[in-house]
Amino acid sequence: MSHRTFTITHENLLDVLTNTIAVGNRLVAPVRRGKKLFFRDVQEVQSIVFDFIQSDESPKDLVFPRVEPMLAHEYNAGNVYLIDFAEKLQPLPTILFGTRPCDAVALSLLIEFFNEGVGDPFVEQRAENLTIISIACTRADSYCFCTSVGVSPNDSRGSDVLLTPIDNDQYYGIVLTEKGNAFVKKGGDNFIPSEPKDVAQYIVTLREEFTPQEITQRLANAFNHPLWMDASLRCIGCGTCTYVCPLCSCFDIQDEGTQTKGVRLRCWDSCGFSLFTLHTSGHNPRHIQSERWRQRVMHKFSYIPQNRNLLGCVGCGRCSRLCPADMNLKEHLCTITKEMTEVKADR
Amino acid sequence: MKQLHERAHELLEQKAVSVIIGYGEGTEGRVRPVFIRTLEAVRLLVWDDRCRVNLAVYLNKPEIRKFGFPIAVVSTPATVRTIVQLIAEHQLSIGDVVVLVRENDTVRALIQKEDLEQYARNNPVIFPPFVIEEIELLKKMSIEERFTYWQEELAKCFKCYACRAACPLCYCEKCITDVNQPQWVCVAPHPVGVFEWHINRAMHLAGRCIECGSCTIACPVGIPIALLTIEATRVVKEEFAFTPGIDCNAPSALSTFRVDDKETFIR
Amino acid sequence: MMSTKNVYKPYLMRIVKIIDEAPGVKTFRLQFLNEEEGKSFTFKAGQFAEYSVFGEGESTFCIASSPTRREFIECTFRQTGRVTKALAQKEEGDIIGFRGPYGNVFPIDEWKGKNLLFIAGGIALPPMRCVIWNALDLRDWFENITVIYGARSVADLVYKYELTEWSQRTDMKLITTVDPGGETPDWNGRVGFVPTIVEQEEPSSTNTIAIVCGPPIMIKYTFPVLEKLGFTPNAIFTTLENRMKCGVGKCGRCNVGPVYVCKDGPVFTYEQLLALPAEY
Repeated sequence: MSHRTFTITHENLLDVLTNTIAVGNRLVAPVRRGKKLFFRDVQEVQSIVFDFIQSDESPKDLVFPRVEPMLAHEYNAGNVYLIDFAEKLQPLPTILFGTRPCDAVALSLLIEFFNEGVGDPFVEQRAENLTIISIACTRADSYCFCTSVGVSPNDSRGSDVLLTPIDNDQYYGIVLTEKGNAFVKKGGDNFIPSEPKDVAQYIVTLREEFTPQEITQRLANAFNHPLWMDASLRCIGCGTCTYVCPLCSCFDIQDEGTQTKGVRLRCWDSCGFSLFTLHTSGHNPRHIQSERWRQRVMHKFSYIPQNRNLLGCVGCGRCSRLCPADMNLKEHLCTITKEMTEVKADR
Repeated sequence: MKQLHERAHELLEQKAVSVIIGYGEGTEGRVRPVFIRTLEAVRLLVWDDRCRVNLAVYLNKPEIRKFGFPIAVVSTPATVRTIVQLIAEHQLSIGDVVVLVRENDTVRALIQKEDLEQYARNNPVIFPPFVIEEIELLKKMSIEERFTYWQEELAKCFKCYACRAACPLCYCEKCITDVNQPQWVCVAPHPVGVFEWHINRAMHLAGRCIECGSCTIACPVGIPIALLTIEATRVVKEEFAFTPGIDCNAPSALSTFRVDDKETFIR
Repeated sequence: MMSTKNVYKPYLMRIVKIIDEAPGVKTFRLQFLNEEEGKSFTFKAGQFAEYSVFGEGESTFCIASSPTRREFIECTFRQTGRVTKALAQKEEGDIIGFRGPYGNVFPIDEWKGKNLLFIAGGIALPPMRCVIWNALDLRDWFENITVIYGARSVADLVYKYELTEWSQRTDMKLITTVDPGGETPDWNGRVGFVPTIVEQEEPSSTNTIAIVCGPPIMIKYTFPVLEKLGFTPNAIFTTLENRMKCGVGKCGRCNVGPVYVCKDGPVFTYEQLLALPAEY
């Protein structure tokens, strides 16, 4: 890597992005559709939205799409023929531009999760072809809580290049990986080498409400706490929180077509749905909504930490911003840390 | 608000209801559903123009029903119509719900059939402006343009079912989309699966939709999904002169068979 | 370039034999279409697999045959949902999908020199049958082998042909029972619920491992009986049967506490279950 740090003007950055499309890359960036902000394929860089706190949809679709074929079958003259979609997958080199650092951290954890153990050729191949250019946060809202879950507004984990908006319509950037280096190299003179700078003054400060250790410890004995029922009374049991979450990875496998010819799909699923755990016999291990709400919180803040020594949450706040019932995760986690203390004090 | 607090206080003190479903302060200026069971908690209730989401949806939730009827609900005109419709569909009985409404700067509690129906008739549901605008916009489009419009809108759908969960009239214990023998609706959120789902939902709500807009407010990706059920209900109104939510004893417009039906298709 | 195998791609298996076990219950004997795959395939007692009818979906059952018998795979299932209904319509010679083996195993190596007490109810004999045959094929490893098996009625007993064989063997003890009212005039087994029969039999807990599989209600009432007989929670084994899709610890469905039943189970000791939330 020739220069690890650089500056670039907004205008030149747009030129670089236009070029990446021109040379055949896929460019995915935040764009508006109505009042909502999505990560979508971009043809005209002018449509990219820079001024936002957080997108409505997370970019996880790029590695773990909401629906994808895994297998196709065809029955012919007593034989079954299978088509393996993992072999057919040819992801285009993709530049994911404009993610918040929390999303980049989330994507790296999501990819790591799928690659662990038996691995996942679908996620793996997409991840290999993905270059992530993040922009550090200069603003936050009250839904954001990255600093409470061990992530920072300028976290560099998961990003290939991290940009920070500085004065005079410029960005200060750090190249973090080989992929990031390749991106910057292609941009040529647009990137102006720079000495490493302290850009902390531009980064938003976000109060730490609790620590990951605190929440995990408090949850260790919280399974039977009455809080779950009280807290989830207004939860209507939709899948919004899980579908907009950049880290929720639960899925369903569904066959479509006929026994003669069809396809096997993987699609997103949600622990918030009553059907998720329902046995064919009718027995349901989590039969009411409070149990399903508890599962989501426990999974992210207790079970995943026990298994992988990290949290299943980066504090992006989407689940809370978009919840139709205003279930506010940060608020619940604050209550959990507080309530559990009270329970402790009672003893 | 003071009147609401007094009314709520009275209801709980007299043990006339087990819980009051209302609106409370939420995050960043939003309001959120609150469930008031104690006198101390009454002060949490707010009532202003932000209070639009249809709280009747909680009357179907087992955990809320467990508190026991009667249950009080802070209601907009749409909520009242919803409750009337739920009574007509035998999901609630008269007396199960104490419906708190605003009328001429006072708070009234509606319980009886006549009061509910009268209020429902006199207080039409007021659509959020986007509904009127979008409906007019769609009406001006050709069939092809409309299809493109819905293709673009529905392409956003990832099937979180927030529309279903937020709808007080989507109370089926097992939704058609969750039935897999046979698999009526594709589970996957691909274009076919998404269209199948939303068309099915619109058909199931045709002549039943109260037009409260809760589904659209709930949709995390901003699909104006209420338009489908609103339009379907308007067609039912034109064809059958039937308006849902104003008659506690009304039979269902689309699933009632009458021998003297003037159409011949059914004979 | 793809470096990782698609774990969701099943082996193709031919149904070489179908046995009607009980009303709605069938056993399939399966052989790998590709002989090479069959030769390299190994599994251990307690593991399960995903069986697919292409176009309908996958269903999870244990491998019911013994790992000591390598020439085929057997599974036994009750027709309940969409996939099992489609499976039940398959005929000998038809092809289905099979992926696995998944999950952990019964630690039978650690049971050498011990008595084995198998307690099974209804359709839960299949997961145990795999271990029973495995143990019988390694008979010298163990001391006494006892099987207590109950079903709702005589018709509901599965593997009737093997029950006859087991009852004639002198190196094991088989006790069969049916729920009160489920007996036929010529029934010469016991009548009573499984936990009751265990209580009456009073099997010794000394140097004994108990393996319990059955419907949740049977398990619930059998554990206390075993504890009363002196079995410690770490000497009691069972299997959990949460709903599963992927089988490899990814889809999230079978998650109970920090455990994925598909990856960390399905075999658990009673001691392990006591430490888990009761979400199974």
